[in-house]
Amino acid sequence: MRGNDWTILVFAGALLVGTTISTPGQAQSTIETVKKRGHVICGASQGTVGFGAPDSNGYWRGLDVETCRAIAVAIFNDRDKIEFVPLSGQQRIPALQTGEIDVLPRTLTWTLRRDGNGINPTFANYYEYTGFMMPKALGVTKVDEMAGASVCVQTGSTTEVVVNDVSTKHNLGLKPVIFDNVAATRQAFFSGRCDALITDAAALASVRATQAKNADDYVIFPATQYMDALAPAVRHGDDQWFDTVKWSIQALLAAEMYGITQANADQMLTSSDPRIRRFLGVEPGNGTALRLDEKFAYNIVKQLGNYAEIFDRNLGKGSPLKIERGPNRLFRDGGLMFPLDFQ
Amino acid sequence: MLTHLWYSERARSWLIQGLLLGGVACFLYWVCGNTAANLAARGIRVGYEFLWRTARFPISESVIPYSPADTFLWAFVVGIANTLFISLLAIVSSTVVGLLVALARRSGNPLLAGITGGYVTAVRNTPLIVQLLFWYALATTALPAPRNAFNPIDGVFISLRGIFLPQVHLSGDTTTFAALALSIIVVTTMMVGIARRWNVPLRGALVMIAVVTALGAVAAVNDIRISVSTPELRGLNFVGGFRLSSEFTALMLGLVIYTSAFIGEIIRGGIDAIGKGQWEAARALGLNERKTLSRIIIPQALRIIIPPLTTQYLSTVKNTTLALAVGYPELGLIVGTVINQTGQAIESIVIMLAVFLTISIAVSLVMNRYNRKIALVQP
Amino acid sequence: MTPIEFTPSLLVDRRATRPPPVPRRSTAGILFGDLTSALLTIVTGGLILLAAPAIAKWAIIDAVWTTGNPSACQQAGACWAFIADKLRFILFGVYPPEQQWRPLVVIGLVLLGVLMTLAPALWGRRLIIGWTVLVAVMLALMWGGFLGLSFVPTSRWGGLPVTLLLAVVSLGLGFPFAVLLALGRRSAWPVTRFLSVFTIEIVRGLPLVGLLFVASILLPLLLPADWTIDKLGRTVAALTVFAAAYLAEVVRGGLQGVPVGQQEAARALGIPYWKTVCYIVLPQAIQKVIPPLTNTAIIMVKNTSLVMIVGVFDMLGAGRSAATDPAWPAPYPEIYLFVASIYFVICYGISRYSLWLERRVREKDYQ
Repeated sequence: MRGNDWTILVFAGALLVGTTISTPGQAQSTIETVKKRGHVICGASQGTVGFGAPDSNGYWRGLDVETCRAIAVAIFNDRDKIEFVPLSGQQRIPALQTGEIDVLPRTLTWTLRRDGNGINPTFANYYEYTGFMMPKALGVTKVDEMAGASVCVQTGSTTEVVVNDVSTKHNLGLKPVIFDNVAATRQAFFSGRCDALITDAAALASVRATQAKNADDYVIFPATQYMDALAPAVRHGDDQWFDTVKWSIQALLAAEMYGITQANADQMLTSSDPRIRRFLGVEPGNGTALRLDEKFAYNIVKQLGNYAEIFDRNLGKGSPLKIERGPNRLFRDGGLMFPLDFQ
Repeated sequence: MLTHLWYSERARSWLIQGLLLGGVACFLYWVCGNTAANLAARGIRVGYEFLWRTARFPISESVIPYSPADTFLWAFVVGIANTLFISLLAIVSSTVVGLLVALARRSGNPLLAGITGGYVTAVRNTPLIVQLLFWYALATTALPAPRNAFNPIDGVFISLRGIFLPQVHLSGDTTTFAALALSIIVVTTMMVGIARRWNVPLRGALVMIAVVTALGAVAAVNDIRISVSTPELRGLNFVGGFRLSSEFTALMLGLVIYTSAFIGEIIRGGIDAIGKGQWEAARALGLNERKTLSRIIIPQALRIIIPPLTTQYLSTVKNTTLALAVGYPELGLIVGTVINQTGQAIESIVIMLAVFLTISIAVSLVMNRYNRKIALVQP
Repeated sequence: MTPIEFTPSLLVDRRATRPPPVPRRSTAGILFGDLTSALLTIVTGGLILLAAPAIAKWAIIDAVWTTGNPSACQQAGACWAFIADKLRFILFGVYPPEQQWRPLVVIGLVLLGVLMTLAPALWGRRLIIGWTVLVAVMLALMWGGFLGLSFVPTSRWGGLPVTLLLAVVSLGLGFPFAVLLALGRRSAWPVTRFLSVFTIEIVRGLPLVGLLFVASILLPLLLPADWTIDKLGRTVAALTVFAAAYLAEVVRGGLQGVPVGQQEAARALGIPYWKTVCYIVLPQAIQKVIPPLTNTAIIMVKNTSLVMIVGVFDMLGAGRSAATDPAWPAPYPEIYLFVASIYFVICYGISRYSLWLERRVREKDYQ
């Protein structure tokens, strides 16, 4: 008998047996996968300072990044047990659907069709207008003056549809120039290829502050009168993971409401307010309910601070962007952020 | 008995092939099972009904009419049309430029041969995507803004928004244009028929004169007006005229420069492979250089050139997918957008793969037919 | 009367086989001999005279070379200072800065491997083992996580090492598959033949961008939910499949050139099939296809640049990302020229080496 026949026989047999045995079993729940892996994988943008971008040492910083870190703290009590995977606009949804990432932070506008298509937005942690940025020299300051303007658009975002909606509504004849990559879109805008750049107004502010040669040369104005809710999202069909992400985000908001900060978290442990005691896990129950550490909320605040602190250091007064909190204030301050009851 | 069967070469080969086939079938079953389980777990619905929904996203330029109110299906069609358009344009112009490159490299002139040689080496040894990005970066950084556009000739503007040219509009009703097209066809067929019938050599100039006369006659009868619209700067951008966007210009420039270097080498290789005796014989017969090349050398060289040229055409079609890096909306960019708008990744990618396979097979078929036609007929 | 000389047919007058004398022409004669060449020379020369000063002015005279002052680039020629300033970032991407000696060593190891491969005398089993060990060491160095080396996830790999690793790994992994596919395509068994032809033609019919889309978006859906392969791994898979299909056609060409007698003789001697293939057919086949093999290697090196489209941070991606620094006036053409020149050095090197090797093989054949 010749050797090759045996080899092929064995190979074919192995293929046969191998594939029959490993028929798809029940997929593990996300939280088990994460715990086994030892870190959370978070989808990140391709670099928008203030929301998510690596600093010069490669350490990721920004509001979205810290939201993801809060999840890592809730599970592992370690804000660095996390990996960031930079994704383009068109990659982020498939990456979440296919399990390449565990959670996609804020970058996604909450829309009906996304919700219906395998994506579960957890809880909006940023409210924003879609805006246009244009050079001041062009003398345009509102949408209905934009007739004939060419607009740099990144594919894989809701802004493509917004450009069309705005153009139709005001009969502007906007000319979109579409790229598949954030860097290319911004390069095209700053080189003058387009008159305007469209994306979330806060991201525009970030781009202007960090990538324009002279930030004062550019003006930003809203594209529509409608506000978008941006929410960290998870996959359909895993409720435990959905809850974990949702309440990790909630912990940041609730901490601000209760006046708990990174600095005073330890003193707050002795607070007599039952709500604060439940929140910090002094009175147990919340952790058990979510199958997390009893002190997960305390850990989050202790390691990252509350929403206000995160906002200020990445986007607000403590950052080069100086973005107003506006609708992202708590409801008691006139904003839209609504912390839920931790009990 | 069984051992007997095993030692029979035929039986054994079929057994092994059966097992191999079984293994592959199991593998496919496993993949499909995984996919179904994954899709179910993630709540993704598979199906093509989304194709009939309104696309709502804009496409920056297209060779066939498109508006965001059209369906996703039409968006795909627009992407396919754009891909075919740039492929065809790139193939035709690269072939022409490639022939010139080959002739320049073969010319006795050391200056010209040296420069084209350097160009071919530089272009062939760097990735196409880097070249495309380079041309695009050059087009959008070196050229002026629309307000200070270069205006070399009246009505022509070159700016970082693209090249704007005057456009000739023919106005008249559709029947007129149908009549025009019909008259061109009729006149050409008649001329060719006459030439064949009486064995008269057909002169290009003669045909042109006849066609123009016929066109003129039809135009005069049906009252066709010719108007020219020139681009002008109005508001933020140029209005009117014909626009070659910077994306399209950079893409074509990059594709043609890259592809013609390869085609030039293929043609040069084909010409070099023709024996010196053919040149000498042609010269001995008193044919001049140009006639020798076009009547003696190229027809023979084509037999060597066509197979690698086919491969090159195919890779040019595939290379057009890189257009998405410079923002030209070919099929790849549209597929990316649709995936994001609908989440229907599997369906969109299947469409893209099917389109490219069809184009590849079609190009191969056409080129193989041509190859058979020009192949040496050996008795 | 002189006797009639008898010339044996083997002793042909050597003068008759010499090439005809080439008329010697002066340089001026070549350049301006007749009207056509004179015109060509004048037009080409004119173009050079027009373009060269402008290019030289941009690239050398007006260029900014001194680092540390980005604003100097605002109104000047080429901004080479930018390349110098961002060199580390372009070469190593976002790899942790204090650990960047590791990718540097990896580049060195690739060079070592290339040097090892240059000498045909070393070809053989040892070279294969050598490369395998080298690639394993390179990957281990990049990942770390042992002997006090910190762990670096692939999402932080970037720049030139990624480009080189992608090319080396995809070619290396693709080659065995290519040999199997080529053998399958030439097999007498219809099932094997069909499967091979199907695979090869499908992959060759698709653009690499399409394959990369499949790998980055579809592949995770096709595998069981608990198998997770990261983005870089999936990109390598796509490039490997691509390389395998193209290499398979090259190998097939070589197999066709090996006389059937070789295989029949081996069979008559009772040498098993796989040994015949490995020790008799393949070495002869591969020697015949060295030029197209190196050509495929060049194509693969160039193709690694496409991974930027699916967001893998190769040298091109790192270069583009570096250019977004607002301190510098967006020196994109300079970046692309620099990246292109690195690719050029690699690809041109391979093609020169291929030419040398081809000549050597031909000379050996004549001996």
